[in-house]
Amino acid sequence: MMHGPIDATRLAAAERAAMKAEAARRRTDIVTHAILILGVVLFALPIWIVLMGSTHDVGTIARGEVPLLPGPYAVQNYLTALGEGSARTTRVPVALMMVNSFIMALLITVGKIAISLTSAYAVVFFSFPGRMVAFWSIFITLMLPVEVRIFPTFKVVSDLGMINTYGGLIIPLIASATATLLFRQFFLTIPDELVEAAKIDGAGPLRFFKDVVLPLSVTNIAALFVILFVYGWNQYLWPLLVTTSGDVETIVIGIVRMIGSEADTDWNLVMATAVLALLPPVAVVILMQRWFVKGLVETEK
Amino acid sequence: MATLELQGIRKSFGTTHVLHGIDLAVAEGEMIVIVGASGCGKSTLLRIVAGLETATEGRVIIAGADVTRLEPKDRDIAMVFQNYALYPHMSVFDNMAYGLKIRGLPKAEIRARVQQTADLLGIGQLLERKPRQLSGGQRQRVAMGRAIVREPKLFLFDEPLSNLDAKLRVQMRAEIKRLQRRLGVTSLFVTHDQVEAMTLGDRLVVMHEGRAEQVATPMEIWRAPANTYVAGFIGAPAMNFLAAELVEGGAAAKLKAGATIAFADGVHPGGEGAPLIVGIRPEHIQAGSGPGSLPLKVDLVEPLGAESLIHGALPSGETLTVRMSDCSPLAGSVLPVVLPPASLHVFDAEGRRIEAVRRRERTAAAGAVGA
Repeated sequence: MMHGPIDATRLAAAERAAMKAEAARRRTDIVTHAILILGVVLFALPIWIVLMGSTHDVGTIARGEVPLLPGPYAVQNYLTALGEGSARTTRVPVALMMVNSFIMALLITVGKIAISLTSAYAVVFFSFPGRMVAFWSIFITLMLPVEVRIFPTFKVVSDLGMINTYGGLIIPLIASATATLLFRQFFLTIPDELVEAAKIDGAGPLRFFKDVVLPLSVTNIAALFVILFVYGWNQYLWPLLVTTSGDVETIVIGIVRMIGSEADTDWNLVMATAVLALLPPVAVVILMQRWFVKGLVETEK
Repeated sequence: MATLELQGIRKSFGTTHVLHGIDLAVAEGEMIVIVGASGCGKSTLLRIVAGLETATEGRVIIAGADVTRLEPKDRDIAMVFQNYALYPHMSVFDNMAYGLKIRGLPKAEIRARVQQTADLLGIGQLLERKPRQLSGGQRQRVAMGRAIVREPKLFLFDEPLSNLDAKLRVQMRAEIKRLQRRLGVTSLFVTHDQVEAMTLGDRLVVMHEGRAEQVATPMEIWRAPANTYVAGFIGAPAMNFLAAELVEGGAAAKLKAGATIAFADGVHPGGEGAPLIVGIRPEHIQAGSGPGSLPLKVDLVEPLGAESLIHGALPSGETLTVRMSDCSPLAGSVLPVVLPPASLHVFDAEGRRIEAVRRRERTAAAGAVGA
């Protein structure tokens, strides 16, 4: 008899508390989402502006307008950029720049992976005199930023007559202490017994590399490929120094050369080129991501 | 199938001497188990036979050919590793076929041999799987299959059962023994587990600190251990050791703990009062009072079901472990025990076994003196 009303008040209190908690949760949800949306807008807005800018004519941006909606000149702008290029880059077509950038990024990536795989293999699986000296000299170059050695490197490359060649553009960027270190760390996790089992099975060093080490490294190679391709594609300082002619100009340099004084810049073409410059790295990330997630699932021990 | 001979194998890593001259002759089709505590050099010895390590001194001879300087692949051996060492990215079939592929065998023959071996091991339906999709026991079988399919002169096993759970270990132990009998391949098996050693080996090599303490059949080692190390290592729970001295012209031992026990097998050589170590296995000690019995102050009783392990101390302060089936005294009580003379092992102060001088030999010697 007595606890009837008490129960009722208790129930009401519990209900109120639950509702309060619910409201609090909803408030946190709103706040977190607001922050997230703000973040997305902050990061995406410049890209949106570039994307929209590339669909208007020269005049719109030159007048100081910031277009937020698509304009009618998309096809025309992209065709001009790809096929003819901007007047300021002595009309080097962006298609050529993209090919150049792609060749450079791909060869830097493949070269870096090949060199660091083999040097890490040598350092980990063979004992030879000077092994630690070799490892430490690779390791120490990791501490030096590229800019420190850029002038001696330029001198060497120009003395070899490699200015304005793919070789001059690519070879100096191939050595990679970071990738070597990464592969070394991974190779150290391969159990000794596996090496010994292969020895007893009769696999020589090259065979072991090809049949065991390489397949086990697929995941690492895929991850590095993504990182290094983007690194290669975005190279700015070195291509700026060694390319002076349009034949080997990369897209990043192309964009820089297109932008002159405010007045005579073809902003619509700059925007279109910027969008085009974005595409290959994005494509590589998306393609390789799928591949290395698959790799992660399959080779997990 | 082949013989194996080791001659004076020594191994040093810098100034650390791991093996001090091992000699061993293995007959065709024989299963030799190398047993010892960790760090005794047993794995190093196996790796020297495999060619994964080079001996500092000595020779390895397989089937009459000196292979000391040869690479592992040229020795025609197969090895099963403790962690199986399967190639994680290859299917079971490829794991087993890899060695054959490298040797350049025709594809059809490889397929036939792998299939045959897999069926022999009961893994015929697993050939498409990857190692990570297999259980521990199945991986173990694949590792064995990879060794068998090669049809080598010599099998080397490096603690292959230690990663399995207890039940599977017993099962695989029996299976390995059956397989080895059936295939008749000369084998070296390294283990730290004395039960594994006893059950698997035709002969055992008991190793201690880089030396082969004794090489003999399991029962010989159990019945007549060459020294206190072997005696303590083989048999569980371990043999008890009691300090004593030689009395009555070598016919009896006077225990520090009190009693004097006449030897059952005759006179042991040595001077009167020479220090001895007397060993007796826990299962041979009997309860019983009367002359020659020792009062054992019980401090712990471990019931094992059919039997109990009784740990206690003698008046001399020496500890004694007793295994009895019909007796479980309370901790703190005093249990009178008798050491049957026929079950005693007698060692000198350095721990080397002393055999009784047999009566016939004595009379022969006496006759020689008489003549």
